[in-house]
Amino acid sequence: MAEVHLWSGLRSLADGKEMVEVPGATVGQVLDSLVAAHPGLEPALQRGVSVAVDGQIVPNSRNHPVDPDSEIFLLQKLAGG
Amino acid sequence: MALDGQKTAYKYIGTTPDRPDGLDKVTGRARYGADISMPGMLHGAVLRSPHAHARIVKIDASKALALKGVKAVVTRADFPDGLDGEDWNLQENCMAGEKALYDGHAVAAVAATSPLIARDAVKLIEVDYEVLPHVTDVDAAMKDDAPVIREGAADFSVPEGLHPNVVRYFDSGRGDLDKGFAEADLIIERSYTTEAAHQGYIEPHACLGQMGEDGRGELWVCTQGHWFVRRMSTAVLGIETTNIRVTPSEIGGGFGGKTTVFIEPLSLALSRKTGGKPVKMVMSRNEVLRATGPTASASMDIKMGMTKDGKITAAHGTFRMQGGAFPGAPVDVTTMLAFANYDIENVHHIGYDVITNRPKQAAYRAPGAPMAAFATESTIDELCRELGLDPIDTRLKNAAREGTRATFGPKFGPIGLVETLEAAKTHPNYSAPLGPNQGRGVASGYWMNWGGETSASVAISEDGTVTVSIGTPDIGGSRASMALMAAEAFGIPYEDVRVNISDTGALGVNEPTHGSRATYASGLATIRSAEDCIGKLCKRAADKWGIDPEAVIWEDGCAKPSGPNAGEFPPMSLAEIAGEMGSTGGPISGHFEDSPAGFSGSFGTHVVDVEVDPETGRTTILRYLVVQDAGKAIHPAYVEGQFQGGAAQGIGWALNEEYIYGEDGRLQNPVFLDYRVPVASDLPMIDTVIVEVPNPGHPYGVRGVGETGITPPLPAVANAVREATGKRICNLPLRPSRVLAAIQGKG
Amino acid sequence: MSKQHITATVNGDEVEFLCDTRETLLDCLRDHAGIMGVKEGCGTGDCGACSVTLDGRLVCSCLVLGVEADGAEIGTVEGIAEGEKLHPLQRKFIEHAALQCGICTPGILVAAKNLLEKNPDPTETEIRYWLAGNLCRCTGYDKIVRAVMDAAAEMREAS
Ligand code: FES
Ligand code: FES
Repeated sequence: MAEVHLWSGLRSLADGKEMVEVPGATVGQVLDSLVAAHPGLEPALQRGVSVAVDGQIVPNSRNHPVDPDSEIFLLQKLAGG
Repeated sequence: MALDGQKTAYKYIGTTPDRPDGLDKVTGRARYGADISMPGMLHGAVLRSPHAHARIVKIDASKALALKGVKAVVTRADFPDGLDGEDWNLQENCMAGEKALYDGHAVAAVAATSPLIARDAVKLIEVDYEVLPHVTDVDAAMKDDAPVIREGAADFSVPEGLHPNVVRYFDSGRGDLDKGFAEADLIIERSYTTEAAHQGYIEPHACLGQMGEDGRGELWVCTQGHWFVRRMSTAVLGIETTNIRVTPSEIGGGFGGKTTVFIEPLSLALSRKTGGKPVKMVMSRNEVLRATGPTASASMDIKMGMTKDGKITAAHGTFRMQGGAFPGAPVDVTTMLAFANYDIENVHHIGYDVITNRPKQAAYRAPGAPMAAFATESTIDELCRELGLDPIDTRLKNAAREGTRATFGPKFGPIGLVETLEAAKTHPNYSAPLGPNQGRGVASGYWMNWGGETSASVAISEDGTVTVSIGTPDIGGSRASMALMAAEAFGIPYEDVRVNISDTGALGVNEPTHGSRATYASGLATIRSAEDCIGKLCKRAADKWGIDPEAVIWEDGCAKPSGPNAGEFPPMSLAEIAGEMGSTGGPISGHFEDSPAGFSGSFGTHVVDVEVDPETGRTTILRYLVVQDAGKAIHPAYVEGQFQGGAAQGIGWALNEEYIYGEDGRLQNPVFLDYRVPVASDLPMIDTVIVEVPNPGHPYGVRGVGETGITPPLPAVANAVREATGKRICNLPLRPSRVLAAIQGKG
Repeated sequence: MSKQHITATVNGDEVEFLCDTRETLLDCLRDHAGIMGVKEGCGTGDCGACSVTLDGRLVCSCLVLGVEADGAEIGTVEGIAEGEKLHPLQRKFIEHAALQCGICTPGILVAAKNLLEKNPDPTETEIRYWLAGNLCRCTGYDKIVRAVMDAAAEMREAS
């Protein structure tokens, strides 16, 4: 199970949890499991989030692999100038 | 992604050859957005709202249409209904619907046989407005009695009880703030504001669109990202994305402001209405300032605690930002990066995205980061001053490094903040003597950079050169960088590489040149495409020699047998293989497509010396130093150029640049005389030090460098003015009147 | 509105065009004479992208009416090189990476050439004040000023 850390604005949508453990071998699967466990997160994830897997931000990569002991952070959606 | 296998000895990388487009640009031949004409071309012009907020009761274009030479008028009625989300925002911003939402909002557009006729026709369009109350200030827009700009614009994140103008809410943090502040020997709390600043690219937006009755067509446009233009323009018009082929012109600056659309869908709509005649549209500077996106303005409260020996124990920031009449102020990034320079255990950020009657903000170099840096780095400076600590030593003590858990969550990989601070500390500028009324300021800044959707291809040509095709427009010399990376990868001279920026018909989707991604992502794609080619070149040599392709290696621009066992054959150069390729299996090319995830952020530290005239309050920049981590500088002269340009823009934002709205809600300074960007006589030489902490996620170690440089100048200049005058000014810009008032105790 | 017939010399060549009395010299050069090296950054005399010489004087062509150019000698960036041979300023701008996007470059080259004709040995400060009417948003001016100083030095040596 990967550890997914939520920023505080998301915690109220996930029963107040800072960290949620969900299954998934890819970023996409993890996000899907997250929504299945906490449907309240759906609008936030739909608006777009960036995902950091073990320190590396992986944009637009639902297929990026996730290890069982990976540390995942959801971040605000990023862009640039 | 490990450093293993990353090159460290280079032949071409790190040299500074002439850029391939240099000759065209010094002779006036380079073709920018407004420089193209087509047979039968019409000229477009836009009618813009003079009101900050008004209901559009009626538009009567009959007089305009009666003018000789006028071929079409479009209003919102010519665009489809039913869009939602950001597509609706774009459409609404390109052409007002029920209401004009800001001074300068497009209300109608005309196509005519000459620019003069088009402008005359615009004046003949009659619009009945019902003027509504307006609000342009972020704090005012959150008050209970503020006019509501749009009901229902807020998303799920906004807590109940806030004004409908608050459209997004952010809350992030970790640790125990109470505990952190209890551990501090000194706590400082301050409120800060920054004003909206415009990207100020010298080339106004310009495009030439052509679209037939069948909804197919093409667009020539100055943009940072033509696939974005394609997607956005077709979304606004409600047609299929690939109906339009978009060709990027040379681009006269963008800095984030040319990653969206304004006039492009209008030119296509006008063209369709005239039966497919090409329509050229060029904005005036007045239109650029009133109706394209400046950055957000910000109002911020910071509270930080520090121990006597300089350890930051806790940090709290509240950031209120307005990004015009639509959601999108970069509060998300502001909150993420506000304290990201430092290793802080107890940290909390709150952000509000607020809508006002101003133009829709657009990205501007490191969007969201400079405002936060101004607030947090000013506060740290104040803490250092009161505790008698050196600002660089204190930053070193708290600096994020490899393995630090960032204030936004994940752990940092290899990063170069410490290296920039150390280089700044030993630079002669940091110990240069200061005179009366002079002061020195230090600040650091960060941008996390970006990878983004990237598609590139490299073709071997029959004359032994290679042609690189990328999809990121070249704003600051990136074709030179691509050519250097291709030369390095192939082992052929720089002069033997050609670089094209392809149109949307020639490559897969590419995100714009934004997020400091071009040299990183298109560079990576160029190198990988070259490697793809090299495999095929080796195969041709192997076929010729009748040996296994595995037994062929590529070295110094030649295919060679990998060792004595592979056989004895003289090396075959790229040119030799290319010369015969027509008869050995046909063309050879390589490709690469990805959203590369190996990007890594760039930290910078700036040191500035100023002199403040006590009579007038005018600030003069005496010395300026930029130290920044480039990972690996491909073309160091253009890396320095990014550092210097970013610093100059930040200095402008700190000292002079601001959007000034009158009581009437109209922009008071939509002209370069009054929206004052730095000129040559405002600045000294800008000293640079390139730090290189390689990024393991790029074959040559590249980090993007474009954006970080605008972040430290705002606080660095304010900190220097603080030292020169003894006054902490928490509101930018530090225009002379404001500084004088502070010196005289009236601030 | 009737148009005026204008005859002018642009970069040594005679050019004729019909111009509306409201059109600026900048409009006429670009739209009627096809001289696209002259750029419009503001149209209000504040950015210098449209710099040309008018009978040897440096002007913003957006502040001159087309009709005022009748009989005048106009110099633009297209006339700076002598045939195939680049002007030292042009070479030094490329060499010093004194342009990023390059939209300001034509105006700055015209202005800098005009400066060096009057003052072959300008100080850094003189260059900065002379070019204060030419905005560059990309470079922070550092490399532009260096390129002008270097070109001036080379030209002094050559003469
Ligand atoms: S266009 Fe003439 S000065 Fe700007
Ligand atoms: S190089 Fe872009 S404005 Fe000067």
